Amino acid sequence: MDTEEYRDHPVRSYVLTSGRAHPSRNTLRPETLVRAVESRPVLSTAGRMERELVQLCRGTLALAEVAAYLQLPVSLVAVMVSDLVDSGNLTIRSNHQAHVLPGKDILEKILDGLRKL
Amino acid sequence: MDSASSDRTASGQHLAPTVARSVKVLVVGAFGVGKTTLIGSVSEIEPLRTEERITTASVGIDPGQPNKDTTTVAMDFGRITVTEDIALYMFGTPGQRRFWDLWAGLADGAVGALVMIDTRHLEDSFEVLDQLELRTKIPFAVVVNQFPDSPAYPLERVRAALDLLPETPIVECDARDRQSAVLTLITLVEHAMTFPVFQKVNA
Ligand SMILES: Nc1nc2c(ncn2[C@@H]2O[C@H](COP(=O)(O)OP(=O)(O)O)[C@@H](O)[C@H]2O)c(=O)[nH]1
Ligand SMILES: [Mg+2]
Repeated sequence: MDTEEYRDHPVRSYVLTSGRAHPSRNTLRPETLVRAVESRPVLSTAGRMERELVQLCRGTLALAEVAAYLQLPVSLVAVMVSDLVDSGNLTIRSNHQAHVLPGKDILEKILDGLRKL
Repeated sequence: MDSASSDRTASGQHLAPTVARSVKVLVVGAFGVGKTTLIGSVSEIEPLRTEERITTASVGIDPGQPNKDTTTVAMDFGRITVTEDIALYMFGTPGQRRFWDLWAGLADGAVGALVMIDTRHLEDSFEVLDQLELRTKIPFAVVVNQFPDSPAYPLERVRAALDLLPETPIVECDARDRQSAVLTLITLVEHAMTFPVFQKVNA
């Protein structure tokens, strides 16, 4: 097996994101939690992947999980998520701002949780 | 992975609705050292995998030629809902310098990293340790995975061979054992708590 392997997916990601190579929001990380806004219908112009993404997010998932289920790179899913947040179909569930590290109180809660496992 | 149908997540793979925050740790180390095994031992979901195309660092990024000299790097990950409102994600990735673009982004916002070591190939970890100490500066703990034919070095000898700082934790682990894997995470988070960047309370 393989942590590193050559593979070719020519220009698919380029096409799917209308030519943008990077997410418009740098607040999105692989662990960012996202969830669909149930009351908001997906625009009829949305692509199949966008629909599938919103469908997947009817419960909370991290961006990396969405990417794994859709079998797309995280960087591409970040672009799609960003657009779907703009269109009101997804909300960012994680309540922390980008680039803010968890505080000591959060780490203490994590430790308590880990010790109970 | 099989087809990308959404029925894969129709079952209970979503986080509980109470979870409103996520944190992450990285699991780094050379190929075959036990990253996926450790993640699988503690994850509440079957470990997932994504692949990212990156331009290898030695080549540089040429936007005009997107297909030139790119390589695909796999990332395995799992998660633990540690409290009713916090999910901990564990991202496993090879830590070599040529994957720097990928894991520099991953390290951003991380609580820290577990660096997995195989004592039969200590030198495989030098590059990862350099990256962590000199570039990302995120907290890390060294995890010595025991394989059947690993020589039984005392941990202090491994510490010396790796030239670790005195405060850097080093622990032995059987990545296949859940409690052993949980202990490595506890060690890392305890260590992270001593870092000034995490002292602030921002609930
Ligand atoms: N004896 C022993 N074998 C291990 C341990 N961790 C992993 N392995 C085995 O080592 C091999 C590589 O592990 P894997 O998790 O795929 O490594 P990765 O490439 O770092 O993700 C697998 O066959 C595992 O079963 C361990 O702690 N002890
Ligand atoms: Mg692996």
